[in-house]
Formats: sequence, structure tokens, C-alpha cells
Amino acid sequence: MNIGVLAIKSFRNRKLSIGLAIASISLSVALLLGVEIVRNQAKSSFASTVSGTDLIVGARGGSVNLLLYSVFRIGNPTNNIEWHSYDEIRNLTGVKWSIPLSMGDSHRGFRVIGTDDNYFEHYRYGRDRNLALTKGAWFEHEDETVLGAEVAASLGYRPGDEIVVAHGAGDESFITHDEQPFRVVGILASTGTPVDRSVHVSLDGIDRMHKDWTGADDDHNHDPLYATSPDTEHDGEEEHDEHDDTTDHAVDRNISAFMLGLDSRAAAIGLQRRINQFEDEPLSAILPGVTLLELWQIVGLVEHTLRAISLFVVVVGLSSMLIILMTSINERRREMAILRALGARPGHVFSLILGEAIAITLSGIGLGIILVYGVFLLGHGWIARQFGLFIEMNLLTPNLVYVVLLVMLIGFLIGLIPGIRMYRYSLIDGMTIRI
Amino acid sequence: MQSDHIIRLEKLRFAWDGQSTPLLNITSLDVARGERLFVRGASGIGKSTLLGLIAGVIAGQSGVIEVLGQSLDAKSAAARDRFRADHFGIIFQQFNLIPYLSVIENVTLACEFSDARRRKAIARSGNTTDEALRLLEHLDMADTSVIHKPVTELSVGQQQRVAAARALIGSPEILIADEPTSSMDADRRAAFIELLFRECEQAGTTLLFVSHDAGLQGLFERAIEFDRINRPANGEQQDLQQVS
Repeated sequence: MNIGVLAIKSFRNRKLSIGLAIASISLSVALLLGVEIVRNQAKSSFASTVSGTDLIVGARGGSVNLLLYSVFRIGNPTNNIEWHSYDEIRNLTGVKWSIPLSMGDSHRGFRVIGTDDNYFEHYRYGRDRNLALTKGAWFEHEDETVLGAEVAASLGYRPGDEIVVAHGAGDESFITHDEQPFRVVGILASTGTPVDRSVHVSLDGIDRMHKDWTGADDDHNHDPLYATSPDTEHDGEEEHDEHDDTTDHAVDRNISAFMLGLDSRAAAIGLQRRINQFEDEPLSAILPGVTLLELWQIVGLVEHTLRAISLFVVVVGLSSMLIILMTSINERRREMAILRALGARPGHVFSLILGEAIAITLSGIGLGIILVYGVFLLGHGWIARQFGLFIEMNLLTPNLVYVVLLVMLIGFLIGLIPGIRMYRYSLIDGMTIRI
Repeated sequence: MQSDHIIRLEKLRFAWDGQSTPLLNITSLDVARGERLFVRGASGIGKSTLLGLIAGVIAGQSGVIEVLGQSLDAKSAAARDRFRADHFGIIFQQFNLIPYLSVIENVTLACEFSDARRRKAIARSGNTTDEALRLLEHLDMADTSVIHKPVTELSVGQQQRVAAARALIGSPEILIADEPTSSMDADRRAAFIELLFRECEQAGTTLLFVSHDAGLQGLFERAIEFDRINRPANGEQQDLQQVS
């Protein structure tokens, strides 16, 4: 039986208090690692919300705002783009494909996106992944709609159901286009991106319901809001202002934004400049990757706060170890005096205590790692469904290793406190056993 | 001359840090090899400190401490610890045992820190466990139901006998007992000391027995009043005289 066996037997003798210390460390480590993993995954899934798109174009305005409404479907476009501008740009040489996006309507809180077949064909997310249908087909007619996975799941829609679209984003919209319902023809597979929360209709479908709605201008009776304040329903939604019931040609249509894929990615910057200087109307073009980074820096504040909090939780977890070790010191002081009398050196005594702290820290970290990966392994399906977050199980990202090493270091440093204290005791106690 | 004395103190002075008057001021003390010496004194007057100095747990004295003809002063802290492991068996007043070790493990623990004692134990009984059992049997602890009890469930007398077995295993030259019987009742006390004497005699061990209990004095061949050999006040006066 050497000094290590002695340490293990002593450990076993105090399994409850040591077990509690290990539990509190493992829980705090699991939290810290969990936050790190979710943070990394959120960042990468954030960055993979849109891929393969070289430029996004909208009316002149902030680049982050454009990214938010076109990709994340948050907020509203400040202005619209005339169809002929879109038509001109998409026909420029070097442009491979384009996806028009028309926004401004909603269905029970989900955004309605007016677009065309290019959306289904060219929209990419993650690592160059295509959209796919789980049920039905992509829309062909103006009264058809294709739902994102989350829309279908949370509202319980199936192909063949009819839905009514409301003007404006949000649930509280008064103006509904209920004379012109859309029929669900397809449901998209889950992507973990805002596509899941979108209702897709054709640009003709958008025109159709607005034509119908503006066509009712002659008869104000069916719309009480219009009579009292004619502009209410247009505020913030200028997209519809230019609508005219006499024209149903696509040429006079407006869209909110469009995405461009180019033949060569290198051409993106040149084209961006060209679009920004577009003469017919003021436009802004953004490189999605660059703007995503810009946006992430804003989100990064929250990220750092989260990280700091979880690091503090680890410190609290390690403090519980300090408390347990310090309270055991008085009890173990006798033990150490016996060992000293038997010829143990103060260094032995020190290493026994420090070794214990190290063992507690390491087992806490080990259990914490098992715990966090266990939770993600068992729960990753649920997390993906609930939060659209796809957790990848790669164990050794440098970031995680760094975090684990940091926790280890703090644990060892904390272990020095009772270690040094016991070392001192062993020098002054000598042969007397203090009770 | 020196070889007759297993422990030799000369002009020993010791004070803890911050103490103005020395706790110990001993002109001389010799303990002969194989002797059984009783040192009597009230508690808190420096007996345990003296034992700590002799065993090399505490250092920082002035004067001479020789054990087995070797000066402890000349040794490093690590060497003193090794020296203690090899040559001393120590019994405390109480709480002698490590609570999470078995009776046998508590006894053989002494061999973990000293190869010399381990070798001697093995030479005697073949292995340390058998030597521990042999000693326990000699100390009237042969009952297997007692040996397999957790040490925390043993009576004080049984605990002290386990401690004695640990102090004796591997036949160290010196056995230091610091109030080993003070938590026992009177008849147990005498029996315990008899057992200790018998074992010391067999192994040729020198016994340094410290107690406040003058009633035990009669059992020993030599007894010393601690107050007679330790004169801290004199030391102070001498200091003052030297300064003035």
C-alpha cells in the first residue's frame, strides 16, 4: 500500500462529501461545455443559414437590415425594388441565377414569401444543401402554396388544406385576403433555417391577392379601417402602395429583395459596386458572408455574456470543492500527524491533499463531459426539432479543449489552498494531535 | 561512552516563533539503550515538544540532540523523516488510528514508510501482515472478530494496543509513548504497560514513556520529573545576566 492507495482509501471514506463536490463540478462543467457547444453550433448554423448565394440585393439601406429581412425574415424592407431593375440585373452577364423575394404578408405569425421556381431550385443552406419536399410538390399556380416544415408542423397543415393570408407581419393584422385562400400543395423538409418558418407562394399569388384587395377600393364598405384612415394599412408596407388594379403585368410588380448566384464568386465584388451605383433606383447589394459576420458580432455580446456566466458557474462548482476540502482539513489534521509520526514528509501530506483536489477536479470534468455529450446524444433530435439547432458531436474542438484545460488549471490552483494549509499544519503540529 | 546512550541531549534550548522565553531549556538528558524511562509532568509544559524534537518532527533548537549516536542537527528535514520512520515507534494519547484503514493496515502502515522496518518484519514472520497478526496476538488482540472490525468501533484500549503494534512492527530502536494510557481506566492501564514492557524487552527496544500520571511511576526502572530537567525560567535569567 503506497501513498496513492492511502489517498484512494481516504477518498472512499468520505464518498458522500467528495461525491457532492464531484457532482457540483461535473454539473458546472457540463453547463459550460453545453454553452460552448451550443454557441459554436449556433454560430455555424447561423453562418449556414444561407450558402451559395453571392449577393443579396435590396433597396438602399443598412446591410444588416437587408440580411435580416431577406434571410432571417426579421423586420421589414425599408423600400421596394421595381421589377425592371431586377430584370435588368438578373440579365447581366455573369449572373447565373436569381431568386426574387416579395415580403409583407403573413399567415398566423409566419412570414409569407412571394417567389418563383428559382427559390426551390437554387436556394442553398448549410454545406451547399438544396431544399427538399417531404410531401407534395413545388407550387405551379397562383393559388398554391408550399409550407416550411415548422409552419406545417405547428399548425398541422397537410397538402390540400386551404390557408388565408393576412396583410402585414404578425398575428394581429386586421386585413385578411380571405377571398383568395391558398391551397397547400407541398411541405418542405426541415432545414434548421428560417425557411422552416416561411409560407411560400408565387409572385403571381401575391399580385392576385393584392389586386383583389386594392380592387375593393371602390367599395369601402367591406373595409371599415379604410374609411376612417385610408393610409393605415399601407404604413410600413409600401410594397403594396404602387399596386394598381388595372395592371397585372409582371413589369409593374415590386419585390422586396433578390438573391444572386454568379458564375464566378470573384465577380461578386465588382457586381456589388455596380449595383450600388445603379442609376434607375437606389439599391444596396451585400455579400452575405461578410454581413453575417457583422451580424454575429452584434450577437456576440450575448454570446460573451453567456460564456462569462457559465465560467462563473464553474468557479462556484470548484468553490464547493474548496469548502469540502477545507472542512475536511481539521478532521484530517490528526490523520496527517499520525502519518508524520510514521515518517511521512510534509511533502507527502501536501501531495495527498493536492492529489485529492486534482482527482476531484478531473473526475468532475470527466463526468461533466460524459453528461453533456450524453444529453446532446439523447436529445439532439428534440433540440433540432425545437430550436432548429443541429448539434454535431465532434469531441475535440480546440475551443473545448481550451475550456477543459482552463477548468483543470483553476481546480489545481484551488487545490493548492488546502494543500499549503495542511503543509503548514504538518510543520507546526509536530507530534501533537490536535482535536 | 556515547554508544551506551541511545538518546543524548545537551544544552538543549527551544522556543516557538514569537515566544520570548524558551519553552525548553534542558542542560542534559541521557537515555540508555534498552532503558524504560518514565517522564512525568503536567500537560502543556513542553513534553510533547521535547518528544517532537527527539523524533525529528520539529527542528530549530539550539544545543545537541543525538539519537543512536547521530546528530539530528546535521540531517536534512527529509533525512530526519526517514530516520524517524526507521528508528522510532510512536504512540499518541488518542486517535492513533487512520479511520479508513483496517486494523491490519493500520499496523503495517509503519512499514510503508520504512524499508528497514519492512525487511525486519518480513524476516521475522514472512510478511508484514503475519507480523502484524503476531504482534496483535502478543498484545491480546488475537480475536479475529476484533481484528476485522472497523477501527472506529474499537474500544480506546483496543485502539491503543493496535497503535502499540504499529509502533513495534519492524522493531524500531526507540518507542515513544505520549500519554498512551490517559484515556484508559486504571486496571487497563497497568495491563497495557505490562504488554508494552514485554514487547520492548523482547525486541530490545528503548521506551520513552511520558505521562502526567505519577501513579504509573512505580512500574518503571527510572523516572524523571520533567520540571527538574527543564528550566525555562533559568534560561531566561541566564540570558538576562549575559546581557547585563
